[in-house]
Amino acid sequence: MTRYLASRFAGMAVVMLLVATLVFFITRLAPGDPAAVMLGEQATAADISQLRASYGLDKPLPVQFAYWLKELARGNLGQSIFLQRPVTQALWERAEPTFFLTLFSIAIATLIGVPCGIVSAVWRGRAIDQVFSGFAMLGASIPSFWFGLILMQIFAVALGWFPVAGYGDPGVPLADRLHHLVLPAIVLGVVNSALILRFTRASMLDVLGEDHIRTARAKGAGEARVILHHALRNALIPVLTVLGLTFALLVGGAIVTETVFGLPGIGNLVVSAVLRRDYPVIQGALLVIAGLYVLINLAIDLLYLVVDPRVTY
Amino acid sequence: MSAALFAKLFRRRLVLAGAVILAAVALLAIFAPWLTPYDPMALKILDRLQSPRAAHWFGTDELGRDVFSRVIFGARYSLMIGALVVLISMVCGVLLGLAAGFFRRLDGPVMRLVDAMMSFPDILLAIALVAVLGASMSNVILALAIVYTPRVARVVRASTLVVRELLFIEAARALGISTWRILFIHILQNIASPILVQATFIFAYAVLAEAGLSFLGVGVPPVLPTWGSMIASGQQFAHQAIWLVVFPGIAIILSALSLQMVGDGFRDLLDPKLRKAM
Repeated sequence: MTRYLASRFAGMAVVMLLVATLVFFITRLAPGDPAAVMLGEQATAADISQLRASYGLDKPLPVQFAYWLKELARGNLGQSIFLQRPVTQALWERAEPTFFLTLFSIAIATLIGVPCGIVSAVWRGRAIDQVFSGFAMLGASIPSFWFGLILMQIFAVALGWFPVAGYGDPGVPLADRLHHLVLPAIVLGVVNSALILRFTRASMLDVLGEDHIRTARAKGAGEARVILHHALRNALIPVLTVLGLTFALLVGGAIVTETVFGLPGIGNLVVSAVLRRDYPVIQGALLVIAGLYVLINLAIDLLYLVVDPRVTY
Repeated sequence: MSAALFAKLFRRRLVLAGAVILAAVALLAIFAPWLTPYDPMALKILDRLQSPRAAHWFGTDELGRDVFSRVIFGARYSLMIGALVVLISMVCGVLLGLAAGFFRRLDGPVMRLVDAMMSFPDILLAIALVAVLGASMSNVILALAIVYTPRVARVVRASTLVVRELLFIEAARALGISTWRILFIHILQNIASPILVQATFIFAYAVLAEAGLSFLGVGVPPVLPTWGSMIASGQQFAHQAIWLVVFPGIAIILSALSLQMVGDGFRDLLDPKLRKAM
């Protein structure tokens, strides 16, 4: 057990280090001098060399990388070039809409995906299964930004039920801000429910074929009890993984939906950083989001120990 | 891939429907110049924002260009980008996956790299890469190929691990067949099906991701009519000309859906041992 935990943490540390290395070197792939790119075309040679010095860009690459890692270990993601503030602060300021959007999307995706997946598995091959499986395939084929635009035209522009875009002013009550998230959360919830539906169905089918289900039926347990009590509890464990990973991927993957609905979240920050070539912000966002993914991955593995007594390491 | 397997594949209605839609979209893309009633670039400001009608089946856009012709030409760019992404990520992913699955010593390092790359959401990594490389069609293809290579590598590695242990590989070794021949002939042939299944899914993801990138303005330059860029430029006129958004979107859905229909049916036919590797 301790050995498992130790190796799991070590593995995570290696992946995190690789993530950090990738993030550092991705931004160095840029053709040309980063300082010149950051300052734009009107920069003088003196400006450029000053910025190079202040970012340590005049030092050899391994030295820069070591310095960058050292600052990272201290929680310093650097300074945004355009926002005049530390990257951590910029990310923190944009966290709220992204956090709530992700949370609501996962809730909607689960509420659609899990029950439909169970129904699909129980009535395998019947019409209802085909309808749900078709829905899952369609959900995986719809571009979220397109779906968002269409919903926005119907429910915000034509019917006026929801605000068209934005997140309300900072002073407005939370409920009002959350009202802005309804449509984008529906978009992401429906699109992501497809994967959860497929996973629940597959996991449920696996479990329904196992011996203990036959035993439960043999001893006369009602079909509802067999499905809800005996099968579902086991079937939902692998679904946990998908839920956790979907959550992590949504934090950064909601970029397009955030843009459609003009939500000032992390995704929006990344897109504007990309358009302005604000490399420290791009680096910081990549790192935080990938780090979250790795952490959630680990958390799920540890959670298995708690929810599934069969799992021992 | 035997003829019998193909026959079995196309006996499924869903797969057949997917293949027919896909073939239709591909034919439209190939023969676009002969099938489109108008030049997709021809401006006709007087006819701007016309709703769908006999002269313009899908209406006209804000510059009076024929949306139907642009959607058909869009198939060319979107499918070509998707196909090239699939090709590049397959080649790189197969090489990485074979190496990791076959040579035990390479397994750890290659798979940790794959894990690290897969910690980034697809679209985020693609955006960052395009931001750094610069927005152009070839860089979009390169960025998406980098994003999807780890996915291929993971499937190829898992399948290689299964096949490597089979008896015929041991027999081949005993016969003194070279490692390279075993890898690229014997193993590759036996894991071709999961690779092809993965190819159809990555094709679908690539079409969707390219549309997303173009929509965000970090993809293919807007002058080229890709489906994503058409939706992006149509967005601001959506309240008065919803067709600018609807038709390119349906084109994206149809192609992604047909690819997944084929891939899904194909996956169901896989050897159960290899299916676990997907």
